[in-house]
Amino acid sequence: MTHRHAESPRARMMEVLEVAGMVTIQDSGRPGFAHLGVPRSGWADPPAARLANRLVGNAEGAALLEIGAGALRLRFVSSSGTWIAATGAVASVRVDGRAVSWGAAQWVPGGAEVEIGPPISGLRVCLAVAGGVAVEPVLGSRSTDTLAWVGPPRVAVGQLLPIGTAASVPPHPDGVVVPRPVDDVWLRVTPGPREDWFAEHAPQVLRSAEYLVGTSSDRIGIRLDGPTLERARTDELPSEGLVLGAIQVPPSGAPVVFLADHPVTGGYPVIAVVHPDDVALCAQLRPGARLRFRSA
Amino acid sequence: MAGGARIRLRPVGPNALLADVADSATALQVAHHVRAHRRPLAGEIVPGASTVLFDDVLDRAALDDVLTHWRPDASHADAGPLVELPTDYDGPDLADVAGFWGTDVDGVVARHAAIEFVAAFCGFAPGFAYLSGLDAVGLAVPRLETPRTRVPAGSVALAGGWCGVYPRASPGGWRLIGRTDAALWDVGRIAVGEQPALVAPGTRVRFVPR
Repeated sequence: MTHRHAESPRARMMEVLEVAGMVTIQDSGRPGFAHLGVPRSGWADPPAARLANRLVGNAEGAALLEIGAGALRLRFVSSSGTWIAATGAVASVRVDGRAVSWGAAQWVPGGAEVEIGPPISGLRVCLAVAGGVAVEPVLGSRSTDTLAWVGPPRVAVGQLLPIGTAASVPPHPDGVVVPRPVDDVWLRVTPGPREDWFAEHAPQVLRSAEYLVGTSSDRIGIRLDGPTLERARTDELPSEGLVLGAIQVPPSGAPVVFLADHPVTGGYPVIAVVHPDDVALCAQLRPGARLRFRSA
Repeated sequence: MAGGARIRLRPVGPNALLADVADSATALQVAHHVRAHRRPLAGEIVPGASTVLFDDVLDRAALDDVLTHWRPDASHADAGPLVELPTDYDGPDLADVAGFWGTDVDGVVARHAAIEFVAAFCGFAPGFAYLSGLDAVGLAVPRLETPRTRVPAGSVALAGGWCGVYPRASPGGWRLIGRTDAALWDVGRIAVGEQPALVAPGTRVRFVPR
């Protein structure tokens, strides 16, 4: 059988049929603009995102859909099919109603519907499509920053999302994808730049107590419930630059761990910094999940 | 300054370093000095009120070396470009600010428009620069006790020793003294080779009454 390639690449689109939760387009982010007030943004769970891209044969930095604590239904509007893969939070994946494997490349025939269910374990699903989500980049990135709202708008019903040209290399044939811990998680920390603003025992409290992820957590940060971290200095900290994984302590004493869309500067002291490789684990913790910190 | 000022670097996780410096003018100079190096030394160079954050440090040894050789430069303070912002002084907090400054509304306009501000650092929103210049003339004002749920785009506002212009509508606790139509943030400017922020760290700003 001979394939016809009359279809223009433009016609490769995903039509958004149903959305629940915070669904955004994300790539590796928008570095280099922090001094102008623009967060780095990008995938909340980079290892999961890179894996999803590899599974469908994309360059690791391609833009994909991040489905945060929600669900998504799409129709692939093209006569030719494509590959998809879901990683990150574990969720049901259906192609035209038929259940297929999470964590593996799946073929989607032209015109088919794809449905990603709510997360069974974890919080954020990465859904990669061969060719990547090809919306127009803003400041060099297709990521939606949910703090400053730089980048494409959040994904909403009725949108037509363009798909890029798929690489000629075939998708990764298979591979074992192991879900990561989503409760009782240990995070490695190093002392923060303002550890000396806290009471002498505070760094030890942080490293010995169990914290729970609070309900008002999002792509900006996870708010923690647990022992408050007492300050030795109560004067106002002059605003200073913040990094991914910074554990900032506002006046309430309840710490916040900053994720991808964190503010670029802040005026509360940072007691410790979560190791960059462990920040991705934070992105998959639901409200109520337990976590502990240990020295890196 | 003889011998130079030793800059203390604090680690911020494995990839970043925070330099403590004397004030926002020094932070700007240090940030500018490192950014001007022939090779990029860090992915992000973020001045703060009295710090500079170097994130995604690419070459720690070279960064140390560049900072060791840095010397305060009194002439550098005037080096940034000048932006003039035509301003209608009709903010709802003008009378309160007049009270803090011991003058009347015309006095607020005259004093504010006489200051050459310098953008120290950005934060809060893309293109929102913290403009220094009030402290030097003793005109700091307290924040609102209860922030407004919506501040219109273009609002010219004061809080503590800072002046700022809201690039777009948002909640805010600063005292509003006027409005400007200038586009503080426009990603379209990238296409013509300009920064998306009209006022970047180091930019000098004057408010022109109209």
